[in-house]
Amino acid sequence: MKLFQKNAAELSNMLQKNEVSAVDVVQSFLDRIELLEPHLKAFITHTPAMALQTASEVDSRRNNGEKLHPLAGVPVAIKDNISTQGLRTTCASHILESYIPPYDASVITALKRAGLPVLGKTNMDEFAMGSSTENSAFYPTRNPWNLDKVPGGSSGGSAVAVSAGMAPLALGSDTGGSIRQPASLCGLTGLRPTYGRVSRYGLIAFASSLDQIGPLTTTARDNALLLNLISGYDPLDSTALPGEVPDFTEDLGRGIKNLKVGVIRQNVSEGFDPEVTAAVLKAVSLLRDHGAEVDEVSLPLTDHGLSAYYLIAPSEASSNLGRYDGVRYGYNAGGDSIDEMFSTTRGRGFGPEVKRRIMIGTYALSAGYYDAYYLQAMKVRTMIRRDYDAAFKRFDILIGATTPTPAFNIGEKTDDPLQMYLSDICNITDSLAGVPSLSIPCGISSEGLPLGMQITGSYFNEALLLRVASFLEEAGESLPMRPKVKLPEGGEV
Amino acid sequence: MSIDFSKEVDYVARLARLKLKPEEKEIMAGQLSDILDTARKVQEIDTTGVEPTSHVIDLPTVLRDDETGSSLTLSRVLQNAPRRQQDYFKVPSITAKDNGINAGEEA
Amino acid sequence: MNKYEVVIGLEIHLELKTRSKLFCSCSTTFGQEPNTNCCPVCLGLPGSLPVFNRRAIELAVTAALALNSKVQLRSRFDRKNYFYPDLPKAYQVSQYDQPLARGGFMEIESGESERIINLERVHLEEEAGKLVHAGNSIMGSAYSLVDYNRAGIPLLEIVTAPDIKSGQEARAFLEDLRSILLYSGASDCKMEEGSLRCDANISLRPQGSEKLGTKAEVKNMNSFRSVELALNYEAERQAEVLSAGGTITQETCHWDEEAKKTIPLRSKEGSSDYRYFPEPDLLPLVLEPAFIDNIYASLPELPAVRRKRLKEKYDLSAATAAQFTVNRALGDFFETAAQDYDRYNNLANWIQGDLQYQLRESGKEADDLDAKKLIELLELLDQGEINRPVAKELLTEMVNSGKSPKKLVKEKGLGRISGDEKLRPLVDQVISENPDAVENYLKGKDKALAFLVGKIMAMTKGRADPAELNKIIKERISNK
Ligand SMILES: [Mg+2]
Ligand SMILES: [Zn+2]
Repeated sequence: MKLFQKNAAELSNMLQKNEVSAVDVVQSFLDRIELLEPHLKAFITHTPAMALQTASEVDSRRNNGEKLHPLAGVPVAIKDNISTQGLRTTCASHILESYIPPYDASVITALKRAGLPVLGKTNMDEFAMGSSTENSAFYPTRNPWNLDKVPGGSSGGSAVAVSAGMAPLALGSDTGGSIRQPASLCGLTGLRPTYGRVSRYGLIAFASSLDQIGPLTTTARDNALLLNLISGYDPLDSTALPGEVPDFTEDLGRGIKNLKVGVIRQNVSEGFDPEVTAAVLKAVSLLRDHGAEVDEVSLPLTDHGLSAYYLIAPSEASSNLGRYDGVRYGYNAGGDSIDEMFSTTRGRGFGPEVKRRIMIGTYALSAGYYDAYYLQAMKVRTMIRRDYDAAFKRFDILIGATTPTPAFNIGEKTDDPLQMYLSDICNITDSLAGVPSLSIPCGISSEGLPLGMQITGSYFNEALLLRVASFLEEAGESLPMRPKVKLPEGGEV
Repeated sequence: MSIDFSKEVDYVARLARLKLKPEEKEIMAGQLSDILDTARKVQEIDTTGVEPTSHVIDLPTVLRDDETGSSLTLSRVLQNAPRRQQDYFKVPSITAKDNGINAGEEA
Repeated sequence: MNKYEVVIGLEIHLELKTRSKLFCSCSTTFGQEPNTNCCPVCLGLPGSLPVFNRRAIELAVTAALALNSKVQLRSRFDRKNYFYPDLPKAYQVSQYDQPLARGGFMEIESGESERIINLERVHLEEEAGKLVHAGNSIMGSAYSLVDYNRAGIPLLEIVTAPDIKSGQEARAFLEDLRSILLYSGASDCKMEEGSLRCDANISLRPQGSEKLGTKAEVKNMNSFRSVELALNYEAERQAEVLSAGGTITQETCHWDEEAKKTIPLRSKEGSSDYRYFPEPDLLPLVLEPAFIDNIYASLPELPAVRRKRLKEKYDLSAATAAQFTVNRALGDFFETAAQDYDRYNNLANWIQGDLQYQLRESGKEADDLDAKKLIELLELLDQGEINRPVAKELLTEMVNSGKSPKKLVKEKGLGRISGDEKLRPLVDQVISENPDAVENYLKGKDKALAFLVGKIMAMTKGRADPAELNKIIKERISNK
């Protein structure tokens, strides 16, 4: 087994036992990137020199007998909406094409301190708005399971990097499903942590009340390891919550006996691809067989949640994206008057989906419409939270499909924004409620595409989600899963 | 009842400082009407007496002490400036007229 | 003009006196090199987030309490969205429908009477950056330059009810407001540094009418005096328009300090649509009642109370009490001195007159002085040890050198000259030099005696006692 085929926990063990050097580990992933990147386009910026530099520092510190973080030397890929000092951070937008942040996001500070080599910045939908990574201003990313399929989005680049063995770990961000949906479409474990669990400082905002950074990995253990590293209070983010952070690896392997499982009726819908539903229900029966108590639960506001989300997120986005005005950073189209400069810069600098959402959000907040749209959506959000509170009085976790279908074709939904929005239908209400939500692989379709299942927990209960995931990894037959990438010129790698 | 967004496009684009090409506007008007039809589903729900949620966190905001820390160096502050003059960011005159064109439209 | 009642509401912005900015730790020091007090947060760099400055909240609560405004236990921050190059995030974090404090009032002296001006609200928000216009003129420059040093400094916004009736009243209100805010320690209120700014809404309505007329917003008034001038000008202008049967258009205008008139600004396309919504990056501001109570308890004595107390306790005139309130340091000096000296009005006269003059001349502040020394001086005078001209001379010396009056009297030999021994030779000299006056005196002209006394007073620079001289001169002439 090659190094790039190993997961982060395995690499961590080997590094700690000095069986392998960090430089060798990084080099293995760099080789894999060189081989596959031309076909997959998972990255926007590659940082091989920086990664090797960090790796060699880790190696010499380890050789000096320093006690290092368990993940020291294990490389990571970073979604390109997370600010990295001195390293271009584009949000996959022309407007930030040459923007170089003068500071690190708090999660990056944590990764650097722990000694994780950064392999590069990954492709995404522009400003994280999208579900297929086709909205990147640069190029779409392809799904390693089938190069004609989308990887999901918006954290598609991060998902593909991990799925194709170009990185053992990646950070993504999830506003309305942007970690879970690509995790599902690429066969990964992707966690959206509780809102407030991970600092947003340095995460380029899309919708501030919804955005969360989270890990994309192949296994539950890897996910827990990376979550350990990025979680916790941050004095730079008023919405990062104070309080103890548990060791998320501690509960792994503790089993699921007597676990109360609610299967969300709306998320195993008849309208979904039957293979998806079947795979989810199979996993549920596995849980039942091992002592979980399973019942059905209804979250009737799912459809309204989608509507509320497509008001709240664009509204916040319309405000968050006002700062791209060509004055302090980013693209500037010039112009004779200030308003002309603003309007031309923004009109040309943003892609169509971003402009659509800015328009929707501006409209929903504008005089005369606020009450009927934005305010009403926030009230619906309250009702959704109440539904979750009620559900978590009965159940420990809620389960359903992560996505209604496996990965769809590139170009299939690009002309129909509403169809694209619907691919997040299972993810959005969790985001609105602010609860943690995990997507794990639960099978392979007849077409050979991964199928995903979403496990939702109550606030700050990530450890339980990861515990269930690790149980299913052990009890299931096909998990975790790695694709054989079929190259266009023939051959599988 | 569907909303005809074409009437709103100019006003909203102007508010959002987005100069759009005529064909862009046309496509957008249709898409925005569809999206808003879906979004309006929120109005079906009776929310009488329901408080809006603007934060899922039910905690008061945190406060920091009034202490000064280090600011960025001037070169860092200006490193991304598209246009600068001396140590300032440079912008077109704020008083020059919009040369009459609706800022919501790009020719 | 008399046909109409003028209705004015003010919107005052003032910078709170914190060390660091509202949401980041950049310094608030005035007058730094451009763009040197900036960080990712106050530049609005992508991904940056705000964290509240506790001191800004303390100062805002202090100011609100000093203005009798009701501090809310729970308030919220909102985004006010608009595009302007000095606004780094394209929104200002402000407070919309849940402000920090509601209501409030101030008593002002307007002409003869006292008037209550009600406040609508007091809220916190962030300052914008500064635009520098190339070519020095806001009109017609080809480009502008932006400095974000001021961006993010905490601002307090105070909105009055439309209770103000004239430019004079607006000015009186602002002067009292500044005094209160200086006392409370919330702000430096330096209009010249832009740390206090005032915009006004002004409309006219027929006398006796309840309905408000169409208002104009006046901006760019850079001193209390220009507030008064601008509002009076605008009231006059509106009255002329209305009297001629015209209508007022709702607009924003600039006060042109040179031309002394208001100039309408390019009207904004459509109404300004700020798309306020709750700031998702900040949680609600929740204040404990004890937090507010503590600030209330530690509020310093406020100007109105002080003015009244000075008047009553020391029996000072209204004008003097007012002066010792406006000029707080001078008033404090008075009160310190009054602990050891009970001829309060005499003390006040000296402080307001000669002392204040000397302070101005020497560029010193009242708190540079030792009140005990002034008392020493006044007591020397009261006891007749020195006379008034000497006292004035000593005061100058004392302010400049800080030396004690008693010491100075000794050093310079400025004490009283008295006793036959010292005065007789002087009297004799004057008598021999002025035989005509002696003659006249002997003829019964009392004026001649006064003339002789005056001569000696001049020779001694007033250090002799005229009564004593009178006696000795009479004695010497009759003994001849
Ligand atoms: Mg304001
Ligand atoms: Zn700053």
